[in-house]
Amino acid sequence: MKSPLDSSRSQPYRLATGGRIDRAKPLTFTFNGKRLQGYQGDTVASALLANGVRLVGRSFKYHRPRGIVGSGPEEPNAILQVGRGALTTPNLQATEVELAEGLQAGSVNCWPSVEHDIGAINGLFSRFLPPGFYYKTFMWPSRMWKTYERFIRKAAGLGVSPKEPDPDRYDRMNTHCDVLVVGGGPAGLAAALEAGRAGARVILADERRELGGSLLDGRDEIDGAPALEWVNAASRELASMKEVRLLLRSTVFGYYDHNFLTVLQRLSTDSTSISRPLIKERVWRVRAKQVVLATGAIERPLVFPNNDRPGVMLASAVSAYVNRYAVAPGSRPLVFTNNDSAYRTVLDLAEAGIPVQAVVDVRPEPNGPLPSRVKDMGIPVIGGHVIVDVKGTKRVKGVEIMSVDASGERVEGRRRSIRCDLVAVSGGWNPTVHLHCQSGGGTRYDGEKGCFVPDAPAQEERSAGSSKGSFALGDCLGEGLEVGAEAARAAGFGDGRVSTPVPTVEDRAEEPLKAMWVAPSRRPPVREHKQFVDMQEDVTAGDIVLAAREGYDSMQLLNRYTTLGFGTDQGKLGNVNGMGVLANHLGADIESVGTITFRPPYTSVTFGAIAGREIGGLLDPVRKTAIHRWHIEHRAVMEDVGQWKRPWYYPQPGESMEDAVNRECMAARNAVALLDQSTLGKIDVQGPDAAEFLNRVYTNNWLKLGIGRARYGLMLSEDGMVMDDGVVIRHGEQHFYLTTTTGGAASVFSWLERWLQTEWPELEVYLTSVTERWSTIALVGPHSRKLLQDLDSDINFEKSSFPFMSIHSGSLAGFPVQVMRVSFSGELAFEINIESDLALAMWQALMKAGEEYDITPYGTEAMHVLRAEKGFIIVGQDTDGSMTPVDMGMGWLLSKDKDYLGKRSLSRSDCVRKDRKQLVGLLSTDGTTILPEGTQLVDDPSAGIPVPISGHVTSSYASACLGHPIALALVKAGRARKGSIIYAALRDGRHVKAEIVSPVFYDPQGERQRV
Amino acid sequence: MKKYSLYGLIRNSFNHQENWPRVWRSLQPKVEYDVIIVGAGGHGLATAYYLAKEHGVTNVAVLEKGYVGGGSVGRNTTIVRSNYLWDETSYLYEMSMKLWEGLSQELNFNLMFSQRGVLNLFHNEQEKRDTARRVNSNRLNGIDAELLNTEQVKKLVPILNTSPDARYPVLGASLQRRGGTARHDAVAWGFARAADARGVDIIQNCEVTGIRIEGGQVTGVDTTRGIIKARKVAVAVAADTSTLASMAGLRLPIDTHPLQALVSEPIKPVMHTVVMSNAVHAYVSQTDKGELIIGAGIDHYNGFGMRGSYSIIEGTMEAVVDVFPIFSRLRLLRHWAGSVDICPDASPIISKTHVKGLYFNCGWGTGGFKATPGSGWVYAYTIARDQPHPLNEPFSIERFTTGYLIDEHGAAAVAH
Repeated sequence: MKSPLDSSRSQPYRLATGGRIDRAKPLTFTFNGKRLQGYQGDTVASALLANGVRLVGRSFKYHRPRGIVGSGPEEPNAILQVGRGALTTPNLQATEVELAEGLQAGSVNCWPSVEHDIGAINGLFSRFLPPGFYYKTFMWPSRMWKTYERFIRKAAGLGVSPKEPDPDRYDRMNTHCDVLVVGGGPAGLAAALEAGRAGARVILADERRELGGSLLDGRDEIDGAPALEWVNAASRELASMKEVRLLLRSTVFGYYDHNFLTVLQRLSTDSTSISRPLIKERVWRVRAKQVVLATGAIERPLVFPNNDRPGVMLASAVSAYVNRYAVAPGSRPLVFTNNDSAYRTVLDLAEAGIPVQAVVDVRPEPNGPLPSRVKDMGIPVIGGHVIVDVKGTKRVKGVEIMSVDASGERVEGRRRSIRCDLVAVSGGWNPTVHLHCQSGGGTRYDGEKGCFVPDAPAQEERSAGSSKGSFALGDCLGEGLEVGAEAARAAGFGDGRVSTPVPTVEDRAEEPLKAMWVAPSRRPPVREHKQFVDMQEDVTAGDIVLAAREGYDSMQLLNRYTTLGFGTDQGKLGNVNGMGVLANHLGADIESVGTITFRPPYTSVTFGAIAGREIGGLLDPVRKTAIHRWHIEHRAVMEDVGQWKRPWYYPQPGESMEDAVNRECMAARNAVALLDQSTLGKIDVQGPDAAEFLNRVYTNNWLKLGIGRARYGLMLSEDGMVMDDGVVIRHGEQHFYLTTTTGGAASVFSWLERWLQTEWPELEVYLTSVTERWSTIALVGPHSRKLLQDLDSDINFEKSSFPFMSIHSGSLAGFPVQVMRVSFSGELAFEINIESDLALAMWQALMKAGEEYDITPYGTEAMHVLRAEKGFIIVGQDTDGSMTPVDMGMGWLLSKDKDYLGKRSLSRSDCVRKDRKQLVGLLSTDGTTILPEGTQLVDDPSAGIPVPISGHVTSSYASACLGHPIALALVKAGRARKGSIIYAALRDGRHVKAEIVSPVFYDPQGERQRV
Repeated sequence: MKKYSLYGLIRNSFNHQENWPRVWRSLQPKVEYDVIIVGAGGHGLATAYYLAKEHGVTNVAVLEKGYVGGGSVGRNTTIVRSNYLWDETSYLYEMSMKLWEGLSQELNFNLMFSQRGVLNLFHNEQEKRDTARRVNSNRLNGIDAELLNTEQVKKLVPILNTSPDARYPVLGASLQRRGGTARHDAVAWGFARAADARGVDIIQNCEVTGIRIEGGQVTGVDTTRGIIKARKVAVAVAADTSTLASMAGLRLPIDTHPLQALVSEPIKPVMHTVVMSNAVHAYVSQTDKGELIIGAGIDHYNGFGMRGSYSIIEGTMEAVVDVFPIFSRLRLLRHWAGSVDICPDASPIISKTHVKGLYFNCGWGTGGFKATPGSGWVYAYTIARDQPHPLNEPFSIERFTTGYLIDEHGAAAVAH
């Protein structure tokens, strides 16, 4: 017989004809440093097989030699490190990586090489390493755990992380559709066609690079022609519909609430170069009215002794390699099955000219049309037998089989050896119910089909075809058309009737499978050669029995204890068999042993793709004031305050921060200075009940505030603690304007909305955030009035007509402004509110006019110093969510005449305790030490641990105008302790002596701000 | 209890490890117990263990609606630390830390408690003040705490992005070297096994559907497996607290939210220390298996669904990739949610109630795992003596009436 293999030496296992590869485009790649060749259209897995590479990796725990098992995302063994340098990516499945010129791939977790791996020594000790062995040892002596752990950690892990930042770019896209069809196999294509024909906006997503699904892997016929002709026609029709979007190389990986699904689209599959200017991967965030799940099924392996030897593969994968990639995964295959579908693989192999040694079928008399056809071809079908051992270590050399007794649970008779180099196994099919389950749907066990099928959907979702347990091609097509039409109707398109006849398919009837979770063998699982259930996690049937015996006897406990299903393949092959083994052991029904929780993502997703572009400078929006450019031009050092960038201080050449801050402070005290205060939160409050509303949310009274007047207000949380503060202006009878702290802007706004919307819907009040619309410039210092008077203005700035805490609108230097007389520095000060578009020009006008007064811009640090000298608090710095207004010495702001948020809490016993912490000032007794902020205060510096703590420093500065440092602190019963001494406990063990004083260090009568 | 040891593993290897006893017995509930603990999570099981060990109370049932360790104890990010701000919380968590330090040996179950150090990064001036305050307070309370600058942070975790050009540059961090991680499931199993060995009955698949009260005294519970009597019923059900409280006519100031976490595929060791950042919401550690385990933020709506929103995962990934740029090409393997019960002051309740014999331990928010042994210890004390231990006295339900709140929002890992 003529060899079916390509005569070229480079790819000895490449079939001479067929396959969906482009033989005109050979590609060179390396595997573990060895140069190999494949073709465009190959995956790394198919190229490796074409080159006769069978040993591709080592297992996680025992470092057993492993080969390729599957052909898709189910692959447990062929885990590779792909690419170099910054482009290296760990843990990629060889079956999922498209071959590219120059691609470099290597095995992970083996040393020094995959052929000779030291770690394999673990295999010798495997009898000491039952599941969870690490819970039972490494405890003595206790200090040694760190050492043991270091070795455990070294041994664990698969590939290696890149060591450099990722040069690739990723992206996100939001979209809506009427019908999202997941899976481009026969059912999905049919569904998309019907939905598209009905006029619905359809997205069809498929993880592969071309449509067709399982049809790509087989040799089916539709309407009397090769199925791929139907696929091509369907693809063309879909491509011609303008409301249909096809997403290839796109895995739907998450199904969340409200029919929100996430899709990872691989735009560049080349791992050898940076995907510039394009992006590498994109996450589509899809909100779908209706979802069709046509996700197919994944073949279930059989569990038998040494079933992990390289060369034991899924029958479906063997078919895929033969048909799709023109690769012979072996030259002397043997098939082991419990069902009829694997006979298709036999036919595929036979068709490709690869002589099948035998079919070992656990069923006594497989006589369906498919087995009969195989028998007719002269291929031996050995019914009622199972494989009891696999020969060969680094590649399969043969199997031993025995016959199954009448009970079906034991083997009997003599062992028979059969030589082979490939074992294609099939234990039936598991519908891919992952997304259905992620969406909240359940599954039930279908005894006849021997698999879990989706139960009723929990969202607007329908399964069709294999993913629903309907494995026959005709059923896939029929159901696809039906649910496509139905989904379109539910989304508002068409009448739900299928518009075209179901294509004709010659389905060969399949006889029922014989469900088998672990093949009968000579010894019970615990004593048998390893029968792997989860290959990647090295979990055997024996491990499951041992774990169950110890009490880890429900699926959830078993998973966690044995790590079954916790590998990078997420247990796509092992989970159901694991359940079956557990059920067998417990003598229970498979449905009663618990459930498998299918957690997103369906397959692993790149971190960078989820993060998208929102990293680096785009991690969080940068908010800049309208005057930002000026600050930068004038060398301001900026500070992050929430999302805002604020000038911290403006150092002049040669100045230290301290110098600059001192200069800025002195300017404000002695001349005139200005501050960009635009970051304060600003909320416009209007409506007939505006005053009443403010009366409820602020502690003080607002009903009588005159129009054109301003007032300082405090807001409390429900537990009576200071939450935010700011100045409120009354513009009109029904119109207020309030400011919040910079950091509190958003939370105060939602706090107010929450009360309005959920608690006081009877109040007619409208809130608008105007933070960005208005900019605020604080003009501070004894010359501020004069400077304003120098400018062209219709506002009278004299004290008599512009008293403290009032506001005037008018024109200033030609700009429309609102000027408010408030002070956060204790100096004569005016705050100029102006439309943000004009703010920079206003600022520049002030700077120019101020030249003769030596006007000085100042930043947040000087602002902090100035207010601390006056004992004005900063909410969040001097308060921490546990301070009442009384604690802060602001009891005068609490109205006794009305109710307000937090009022009731203030009368609780703990809130009226005499020894609560209170705001005080502190002066280091040496007159020079600046107490570090955050320092704890103690009364007894000699006290042992735990040292009783009496308070802490909240704010601390060098005060240029006072000539000594000052600090604000919260001290237990502090107000009554003025004049007494307390100690600041520094981290280096020193104690700094400080005197408790009033928190108002400067101008206690407040005369300067009222001049 | 058959002792776990290397010797045991070797000896058992001759019989294929087949002779290990059940980790806890499989039981039918008795008619009556002295104490019923509702919830076989970490806190419930620890409570049962300490009731038996410290107080000789062994006629105890732990009732679990699902399986042992199925709730938050098996869903958290496994971080253990005691660097809280306030004295009351510090004392409680530090006491817990001290229990952790000998727990594997005491329970004869390797909890893989690994004091690999916990870094809490800060990114702005206010966080710096708050961190300094917390570190200073920790030190005075006898808790190890260090304040690191950016250079020191970089030295400890070189893969961290400490660039001054970062959107929120790392300005420094607090470090608790005694902090670290533990294998979360093992904590549940270890306590369950040790409690079982002391005679505690652990009953799985037994959901409490009602609390029986006669004349202001608890008399038992209704369950899906019938009535079980007890004069003391102690609830430790985290996310289901509100449901259980309502069975006794109680309303607790608790909100329940979904909280999510995720792991990467396993990679070779790349980070040793646990890194947490509050401002850039990322916290990451690497498990002994090689996975990066990452804590996400809470969903701000209330819910018991154990399902979170994808947007939270996105936000978390953005932060992680920003803080650790080399992780961008790693892949997310799995994400999941738990439910957290949160008090308004972000501190727990470990308390008697106005119903005699009814106790609640709840409100741990996002910080319950690290407290597991300490929480069980003080709760057992409270139940056995019908009065709180000084350590948990401040954490009574009464504090919401008196206003004695212990605001730990700043020290919580997850902003709530």
